[in-house]
Amino acid sequence: MIALLLRDLRLSVRSGGGFGLGLAFFLLVATLVPFGVGAEAAVLSRIASGILWVGALLACLLSLDRIFALDHEDGSLDLLATAPIPLEGVAAVKAAAHWIVTGLPLTLIAPVLGVLLSLPGAGYAPLVLSLLLGTPALSAIGTFGAALTVGVRRGGLLMSLLVLPLYVPTLIFGAEVARRGAAGLDNSTALLMLGGITAGTMALLPFASAAAIRAGLR
Amino acid sequence: MMPELGKYAATVLSAYGISLVLLAGLIAFSLWRSVRVRRALAEQEARMQRHD
Amino acid sequence: MSIWEYANPKRFMQTSGALLPWVSIAAVILTVAGLVWGFFFTPDDYRQGSTVKIIYLHVPSAMMAINIWIMMLVTSIIWLVRRHHVSALAAKAAAPIGLTMTLIALVTGAFWGQPMWGTWWAWDPRLTAFLILFLFYLGYIALWEAIESPDGAADLTSILCIVGSVFALLSRYAVLFWNQGLHQGASLSMDKREHVADVFWLPLLVSIAGFVLGFVALMLLRTRTEIRSRRLRALEARERMS
Repeated sequence: MIALLLRDLRLSVRSGGGFGLGLAFFLLVATLVPFGVGAEAAVLSRIASGILWVGALLACLLSLDRIFALDHEDGSLDLLATAPIPLEGVAAVKAAAHWIVTGLPLTLIAPVLGVLLSLPGAGYAPLVLSLLLGTPALSAIGTFGAALTVGVRRGGLLMSLLVLPLYVPTLIFGAEVARRGAAGLDNSTALLMLGGITAGTMALLPFASAAAIRAGLR
Repeated sequence: MMPELGKYAATVLSAYGISLVLLAGLIAFSLWRSVRVRRALAEQEARMQRHD
Repeated sequence: MSIWEYANPKRFMQTSGALLPWVSIAAVILTVAGLVWGFFFTPDDYRQGSTVKIIYLHVPSAMMAINIWIMMLVTSIIWLVRRHHVSALAAKAAAPIGLTMTLIALVTGAFWGQPMWGTWWAWDPRLTAFLILFLFYLGYIALWEAIESPDGAADLTSILCIVGSVFALLSRYAVLFWNQGLHQGASLSMDKREHVADVFWLPLLVSIAGFVLGFVALMLLRTRTEIRSRRLRALEARERMS
């Protein structure tokens, strides 16, 4: 399984695209929003954490169809399905690899973009914390969405339609942690809920993803 | 016969109107598809019987 | 004699064919009676004026929107566990009805909210939850349409339905946490003090019964169509083979 993780990481770094593209998209969202809502620092600082969360979510969504599509095209997914490691493990590894190449860089770059959006000083720590805690859930849910649409040609748009409603609870609690933190309010309830969602999705969704891959390959 | 709807007449009537149109659309679509599939199936079964 | 006998498509076709006209007639009578009674023969509410008449569409459709999803969840689980095709097809047949019901609940709610709350839309927990439910229905239907193999589509949509149910429930509580609402509490409750007054309550019950039967009738009709269409595809495939 570690070999599979390393292989996925190497592939995503080498094949370009996926790795940097999500980050570039995230940067673009953060750049475009001030053009849309105006450059007033007071307005921006109030919505900064929300914008960054939505941007991270969209950037995450953008790279989801790469999780299984390439493996499906060259047939290695069929090999993985018959390999001695359980398919649930494969799904979990795929989600982990996706998080390392997408979620983690997004989390690390978010504070820099926070400067662009005049995020208040108290907001940086909760923002990074909420993204660090929330993006694994986004990867796990996204892997499930990618598994559902693995057999569909041009399934990107369909996958967005399936995945976005599933992202709602994570987004609500994640953005709430960041927003309350930035406003100096108590955010422990939202933080606990976010942690619960992440733990739950990471533990349970690989089973659903594996079931979906099996159904899709049959 | 029309009840006195007062100042909210437009609201109530349009809510009823849109809902009934949606329901009618759903029913009409279901019936239309039912008839179409039933006819296609009948044709197919008849054709396959001739071939046998 | 058990319910599983209806898992046999032939058996289902026979029984549903015999049942369908009666259920349809009862559904039409009850829905029309409930709506006419509510629209023409109930007084206005002293605070809400005539807008209270919207309740005869709003509450039944909202109830059905949720109950149809639950029914789809049950039939999806039955399909995954026992592999009865009728069950999967019933879920497929029910989804567009649920989508329409959600849309009716949202639209009537918007029309009702406009004069009462002064806004067409508010990010109230109930409203938001319904919008999310609407998206779930859309995704579910889109997934059915996108996949070629019928059994594969049934599997994948069933998995989506189960996972989606968990997330829909989670979203329901998440939005409750996120924003406090304008929407009133339950309109229907066994507790007499809580629910709406009797003059509105009785026609509402009739209307709800009409909507439930209407859903049953439509679902039977649509499931029969799905079974026929599946048989049609099988026959066409056999013809091509020979």
